[in-house]
Amino acid sequence: MTPRPQTLFDKLWDAHAIADLGDGVNLLHIDRVFLHERSGAVALQTLKASGLKVRRPALAFATIDHIVDTLPGRGDSTKFKGGGEFIRAMRDGAREAGITFFDINDPRQGITHVIAAEQGIAQPGATMVCGDSHTCTLGGLGALAWGIGSSGIEQALATQTVEERRPKTLRIRCDGRLPAGVFAKDLVLALIGKYGASGGAGFAIEFAGLAVHALTIEARMTLCNMAIEFAAFTGIVAADDETFAYLHGRPYAPAGALWDQALAHWRRLASAEDAVFDCELLFDAHTLQPQISWGTSPQQVVAINGHVPDPATATDAAERNSMEAALRYMNLQPGTPMTAIPIEAAFIGSCTNARLSDLREAANVLRGRKVAPGVKALCVPGSASVKRAAEMEGLDRVFKAAGFEWREAGCSLCFFVGGDDFGAARRVISTTNRNFEGRQGPGVQTHLASPATVAASATLGRIGSAAELGG
Amino acid sequence: MTPFTRLQGRAAPLMRANIDTDAIIPSREMRSVGKTGLGVSLFANWRYAEHREAHRDEHRDEHRDEHRDEHREERPDFVLNQAPFRNATILLAGENFGCGSSREGAVWALTDYGIRAIVAPSFGSIFRANCIRNGLLPVVLPASIVDRLAAQMEAAAGEIAIDLTACTVTDALGQCYPFALPPLQRDMLLAGLDSIGLALRRATEIDAFHDTLKGKQPWLFSGF
Repeated sequence: MTPRPQTLFDKLWDAHAIADLGDGVNLLHIDRVFLHERSGAVALQTLKASGLKVRRPALAFATIDHIVDTLPGRGDSTKFKGGGEFIRAMRDGAREAGITFFDINDPRQGITHVIAAEQGIAQPGATMVCGDSHTCTLGGLGALAWGIGSSGIEQALATQTVEERRPKTLRIRCDGRLPAGVFAKDLVLALIGKYGASGGAGFAIEFAGLAVHALTIEARMTLCNMAIEFAAFTGIVAADDETFAYLHGRPYAPAGALWDQALAHWRRLASAEDAVFDCELLFDAHTLQPQISWGTSPQQVVAINGHVPDPATATDAAERNSMEAALRYMNLQPGTPMTAIPIEAAFIGSCTNARLSDLREAANVLRGRKVAPGVKALCVPGSASVKRAAEMEGLDRVFKAAGFEWREAGCSLCFFVGGDDFGAARRVISTTNRNFEGRQGPGVQTHLASPATVAASATLGRIGSAAELGG
Repeated sequence: MTPFTRLQGRAAPLMRANIDTDAIIPSREMRSVGKTGLGVSLFANWRYAEHREAHRDEHRDEHRDEHRDEHREERPDFVLNQAPFRNATILLAGENFGCGSSREGAVWALTDYGIRAIVAPSFGSIFRANCIRNGLLPVVLPASIVDRLAAQMEAAAGEIAIDLTACTVTDALGQCYPFALPPLQRDMLLAGLDSIGLALRRATEIDAFHDTLKGKQPWLFSGF
């Protein structure tokens, strides 16, 4: 009997399935665990209180990203009251357990999902968990990576396992190429807009097709980052030469003979030509326009030249209720052109869009331009390493000359404990991943977009695309 | 973990789709490392009047932090602030409940408030796993049935009963609906078992698996 042709996901899952616990639930081996102060500190603390040890500390890594301030000269004390307790608990816990720890002033510090890639900790085919929903970002490298809660992290640390119900497989094939000025962020927002915020529920998604493999590794990470916003178990892109070139020479990537051995294995990690997925979707990328969210769910998205939709067009009562609630919260009227909506703040940062290529795209728009009067604008690099590289290229000077604040690395205003607030500003355009009510602060109205769109909107003082500004 | 067998009680209807974990517990409500005392923070942005001005003033903000519980003004329009639902032990919600952040504080806030079960057409996957780990029962029923339960609760028609042994929900009028849960998860909830303990029983098997994987993919573990 010939074996069933496998999808990439099946290969990775099966290679890590220790035991079948019944009804599709497997006990999985976890190759890498990443911790941050927000969910990692409590996991280590609880583990210790239960008298349990970290089983393989060498496979665990930790950093500080969520609560730490991003102002220069920052330390353990944070603008968010109580933040220091999380930071110290993370540091002390990591030290005691013998876990590699990238502290606040370590040159490798940064947002977990940004540095797990930069350091070569996440690798094609490896399983990785973190107490953070955006761990799926690392699917961009071909890793099987997903977010779990703090108790799940306790289990991963104590046993090197997590149990999960095997998701179904979904391949989203994106044909064509993204037009100039349209980015991975626009692609993923458009997908969630089209199929809904629960459109990926129960699935592990393989993003495939020319438009996906033409993306840089950093852009693939943006795409996979928002798989969780699609309610998917995770997102993944098969590793290719671009991936191998990205990983080669990174500190925790294999080297020498092990690199050659790994490479031979990684090349086999693609879905078989005749593999059968539980579901397949086709998406035409080549006519895509820049996207912008109008509501309080990432599915509430339109093309930037579109209008605020009318709840009367909703297909059912629940959707109409959600749309009406979103319009109330966002203080928007149906039919308003998106480009007529003024903004009061702009944020460039987060595990979605704060890698070097994101900062370059924004800087390309900002060069020679100024942020509109009264707009508060912040750029928070995704890692200390991204910040240094950007400064080497002079991007920091572009941001500052335009009127952006230039910060230290961290999660910052992606959510409301990053030591900052938008002050009096209500309406914000942001490169982050969630436009939920209150996510970026009480009453803050978030519009999600790509770094280029956020930069353009910051200079216009309203929602607008980089194309509007011309060359 | 408290075992879950049977529950009868009032269910609070929160019939919106995509209620995210930031709504269940806003990030700033989680102010210390630990899992307890978060019930007061459940749905804080919906449950209490907004004091945005105070947020801009650091001194007042600090003051507010220290006295947050006593000083927050309830919004009468929010379901958990309404007399019949204040002591609800069950939540009814729209699809994709608990989507978003992996923060387990969302589950700790619900259980600390006294919620023991949530009935919705679907759940965010990380949130759902966090529920099982904390003895909170996620019940999946079709949207039309959840709507019917919500209508009964709004009409103050009585209570809902959930039987985990039989995997059924019985509505206020006595109609019974079966629901599905993987047997392992059902057993864990029924017995109040913790998954770390269960996994550790397989320690030898796990170590053997690790060694085999290391043999096949040495680059994953060499030098670590």
